[in-house]
Amino acid sequence: MTLSAYISGLGVLGPGLVNWPETAAVLSGQAAYQPAATVLPMPTILAATERRRVGRVVKLALAVALEATSQAGEGPAELVSVFSSSGGDGHNCHELCQALSLAGREISPTRFANSVHNAAAGYWSIGTGAMAASNVLCAFDASFTAGLLEAMTQVVVDEVPVLLVAYDGEYPQPLHAKRPIPDAFGAALLLTPQRRASSIARVDVALSDLRFDRFADPALEALRCASPAARALPMLRLLAARSSGRAVLEYLDVSRMAVQIEPCA
Amino acid sequence: MRPLLLSHITASSCIGTGVTATLDSLLRQRSGLKHCDFETVDINTHIGEVQGVDAVRLPENLHKFECRNNRLAELGLRQDDFFEAVQQAAMRWGRRRVGVFLGTSTAGILQTELAYRERDPVSGALPSSFDYAPTHNSFSVADYLRQRCHLEGPAVAVSCACASSAKVFGSARRMLEAGLIDAALVGGVDSLCLTTLYGFHSLQLSSPAPCRPFDVARDGISIGEAAAFALLERVPDNVDGDSVLLLGIGESSDAYHMSAPHPEGRGARRAMQAALKAAALEPSDIDYINLHGTGTPSNDRSESRAVAGIFGPTTPCSSTKGATGHTLGAAGALEAVISALAIKHGLMPGGVHTTHTDPNLMVHYIRDNRRAPIARVLSNSFGFGGTNCSLIFGRAA
Repeated sequence: MTLSAYISGLGVLGPGLVNWPETAAVLSGQAAYQPAATVLPMPTILAATERRRVGRVVKLALAVALEATSQAGEGPAELVSVFSSSGGDGHNCHELCQALSLAGREISPTRFANSVHNAAAGYWSIGTGAMAASNVLCAFDASFTAGLLEAMTQVVVDEVPVLLVAYDGEYPQPLHAKRPIPDAFGAALLLTPQRRASSIARVDVALSDLRFDRFADPALEALRCASPAARALPMLRLLAARSSGRAVLEYLDVSRMAVQIEPCA
Repeated sequence: MRPLLLSHITASSCIGTGVTATLDSLLRQRSGLKHCDFETVDINTHIGEVQGVDAVRLPENLHKFECRNNRLAELGLRQDDFFEAVQQAAMRWGRRRVGVFLGTSTAGILQTELAYRERDPVSGALPSSFDYAPTHNSFSVADYLRQRCHLEGPAVAVSCACASSAKVFGSARRMLEAGLIDAALVGGVDSLCLTTLYGFHSLQLSSPAPCRPFDVARDGISIGEAAAFALLERVPDNVDGDSVLLLGIGESSDAYHMSAPHPEGRGARRAMQAALKAAALEPSDIDYINLHGTGTPSNDRSESRAVAGIFGPTTPCSSTKGATGHTLGAAGALEAVISALAIKHGLMPGGVHTTHTDPNLMVHYIRDNRRAPIARVLSNSFGFGGTNCSLIFGRAA
């Protein structure tokens, strides 16, 4: 069973990777990968009061979502979205668990409201006025692939464009020791049922028993392994190369996902 | 959309483990809410606790998943021969052709809350016994159930706050429609924890009394917990007329506020309209509405405006949260099962604890049980972040 769509917008942000064009230069070998702390832009689509309330992963998710949609000239207001993240806002989670472990157990109402896994999707909707359906998923290390599968079924079954936003950030200590995600990484894809002027490639996905792809470059391989959203990197490498080919992404322990890429000339 | 068959259902909440006990409580209008005595929680509020959760032991080979949330999942799985029904579906279709779509808001976060009390006094480290992935992570309950049931199809946790386990029906439906799977284990599991009890308290959204949805004096929610599951399959040609089908799903976003619903129920209205459209039904085709009805002043006002705007003031509706409490990420699936029971048994469950229906809420809120044939039910689930999902269930014939 193969699902097909067009990738008509892309956004990437991560350690040493500031946007999709610069990430593409690294992944296609035109530039060396130089790891550096992820720089998260202030989300200008939010009002000042909300801007002050949002954590790092919300800034990350909004940044890649905006890059993918603005590149495609897609108005977000009627756009269906799928957000996928393994852990959501790790700092917010730590602050809540910390407060609950102390006498008094006074927790901030804003922190509690922000603790929902769909916080980034909520702020995206508030910031862009998007009232369309938005789903929010988690599949631990398989979160990117699970999100891609969900988004592809929605494109194919409902014949609508879908924005996929996969993002993950770090936990502070002591949770960091138990879930060592080093820094923020996010990737967003605008998937459309038809080819558009902005389409980068046609994509066909299917569940697979093949072995998943790795990187020879140790820094890129470390990034791929460290962040669930960075499990997208083998697919992004093909898109960066602008050549036909197949990437195999990690999924569940019993299956992988084969992603066939055909660039739009 | 093409209708789907609920080929097997089960629910466990504070009003009963399994559908027989659940139906019995609904028939008696019995509430399972009690004054909060959970763990070390010191809040003047009521809770809906499932009996016997911590006496449950997970199978030895899945020991790493031990936490209250997965124990509740296991308890739920053991009711109504649900585990056996899943195994039969796996035999019928193949293990790779059965997917798992589970809604949860907090999964096993209680395990982390407890671990934070046992941090090393010098290093601050969490105890070595704490295992993040199979307890804390939102995927843990979906991963537990897929391993427990030996399923190898697509699996995911949907975590959209209190709409989570309504939205799982949408994810499963798309996978079935796309042909990736032939059956889906869908449901919701959410369990009591300090984050939600103290969190809703901090927002002044939890009531000191048992919650009174749509009452003029309503003053907040009572937090509950539940495990509720359904097995979804395509409708066979020879379907039994008494079967319950999923006829429509509507999803929307409020684009308004993180923790307050839109005052006019803008997103809720859009979700209900989308569900009616998907089912190719008119508002007059709906016999009963199982409301989100949390019992907060703002939710019930907003929802009543959205419902009245589409259905007018005559369609009977009620919230079952006065009986079960608000089971958060499990509420959508729990109320889907209650909707199916309503159809099967011709029961519109009256809203428990509500004594004076708010005259400003222009809907036909029922407080007493009604027995009447029910062909179709609409069920609402809304969540923080302004996420909305409406489901429509109906008799096959």
